[in-house]
Amino acid sequence: MVEASLSSAHDAPDAPREADFPHDSLVAHFGSDKPLKLDAGVELSPFQIAYKTYGTLNADRSNAVLVCHALTGDQHVANLHPVTKKSGWWETLVGPGKPIDTERYFVICPNVMGACMGTTGPSSTNPATGQPWGLDFPVITIRDMVRAQAMLLDHLGIEQLFSVAGGSMGGMQVLQWAASYPHRVFSALPIACATRHSAQNIAFHEVGRQAIMADPEWRGGRYHLEGTNPRRGLAVARMGAHITYLSDAALHRKFGRKFQDRDNPTFSFDADFEVESYLRHQGISFVERFDANSYLYLTRAMDYFDLAADAGGILANAFKATPTRFCVISFTSDWLFPTSESRAIVHALNASSARVSFAEIVTDKGHDAFLLDEPELFAIVRGFLDGAGKARGLAATSLAAKS
Amino acid sequence: MSNLNLANIARTPTGARIDLVMVAEMVERGVKVLDVGCGDGELLRLLSESRDVDGRGIELSREGVNECVAKGLAVIQGDADTDLADYPDDAFDYVILSQTLQATRHPRIVLEHMLRIGRHAIVSFPNFGHWSVRMQLLFAGHMPRTDILPYSWYDTPNIHHCTIKDFRQLCTEVGVRLEKAVALNAWGSPLRLNAPWWFWNLFGEQAVFLLSRKG
Repeated sequence: MVEASLSSAHDAPDAPREADFPHDSLVAHFGSDKPLKLDAGVELSPFQIAYKTYGTLNADRSNAVLVCHALTGDQHVANLHPVTKKSGWWETLVGPGKPIDTERYFVICPNVMGACMGTTGPSSTNPATGQPWGLDFPVITIRDMVRAQAMLLDHLGIEQLFSVAGGSMGGMQVLQWAASYPHRVFSALPIACATRHSAQNIAFHEVGRQAIMADPEWRGGRYHLEGTNPRRGLAVARMGAHITYLSDAALHRKFGRKFQDRDNPTFSFDADFEVESYLRHQGISFVERFDANSYLYLTRAMDYFDLAADAGGILANAFKATPTRFCVISFTSDWLFPTSESRAIVHALNASSARVSFAEIVTDKGHDAFLLDEPELFAIVRGFLDGAGKARGLAATSLAAKS
Repeated sequence: MSNLNLANIARTPTGARIDLVMVAEMVERGVKVLDVGCGDGELLRLLSESRDVDGRGIELSREGVNECVAKGLAVIQGDADTDLADYPDDAFDYVILSQTLQATRHPRIVLEHMLRIGRHAIVSFPNFGHWSVRMQLLFAGHMPRTDILPYSWYDTPNIHHCTIKDFRQLCTEVGVRLEKAVALNAWGSPLRLNAPWWFWNLFGEQAVFLLSRKG
């Protein structure tokens, strides 16, 4: 049984948590007849996917674009976020007249499996116990996320996506989509990502996880039941991770060694420096909208990602005879997912004779550049999608589609 | 930086570069083409529009690549000298090196890779045997500079100039079959087909060669 409903916390006074009843989102429910088969070897059932859509699906269902979010993103890609009240995380790229033009494409953005904004994850209610799953929730992989998204598309009656786009962990899902369902992906835009998590990537994630688990309020993952919240641990995890999203140059340009609201050091461990104050703010605001256990599960999913290993150790085999056209994009100052990782994707795609474009964009903004105002990124995404649209037979402009 | 000064290169009345039109005319319709050193994508676009080819490109300059991708062309940032080795055998019908041979570090290896990756190779280059080039060295005594090769010896991207005669010699050494050749004069008109090679080498400003594997 599959049902979709527009759900909101106000409809469910007994369980006001975003994890079960997301604000301002569509929710697809998958019943016991549609279990999600996980790489961990278990089946998850029932489960739900919270998602947003923008624009209109055309008559032959050929203009759907799936946007995949990153580690701490969610389905609110191009609307005011219901919790933070901030604009959507990719409003620079997605919207009317934007490169991913919602007047032209039907954009779908689902919250990933294991997250905390309405798709089933460790903070969702376990139907067997009536309590939040906590660490009883099975470990999720990127492939599981994509498998669930494919079930969502089946539910929406969309056989082939015109494009799948995403950065960072979203880019990993894009690559997994192309590898798992090559005929369902007409074009793919993996941005600032890699086909595997490096030892350094895993190491940073482990530091974040240890920070959460070292917080006494984490309570072995049972904090929802015990009425605590490992805020400090999650904030520290976010602070550490946030440094990896920026470049040395960007941090220095933004903060340098400037003091925060003072002229001299206090000779204490107060946040003397602006950069400290900024990171603390990043940490504190993050815990308002994110679940600590979800952070554990999603970082784990990224760590386990290794497309080549899934293809017998040869990356090119993951994309063998792929019909998908790719546009791989990296940023010069991204040291978390450096250009060399994108080049590895391109080499594998070339070896598979895939139709691939690859652009490296010069910026000092680091990994986060994919979320920021980068005109060259916009021009490339627009050009790539326009070219793919012509090949797919989509109308050139939204005006043409209307007339 | 472009290898040639494209502002001074001969064009058709409709604005298309004559050397690129010559290249395009050597390509069969509907085939798969790799353009090595594709610049801003003018040839790829011409090929896709006039010959209905499935075109891909490699370009060294980041600006060129990003411009191509923004035009919807399938282009990757890469170096002819190092990245052709990553392509599998027989991946393309034609591999094109347009006005780029003289800017590679290892022209011979590049040519060998081209005919490994593709059944055919098309190479176009400015002919350094042209009389105006010879005259500059002979009478003025300085490294030649022309309308399309305006760079000084110390800042030129073109590090391996050759003449039509030199290139034919390389083809013999590499063991490739010369299928077709065209030489263009300074105004972009093809020289007479039955003219002897020495005439082409003296009066051809640019040359376009269609090559294939022997045997």
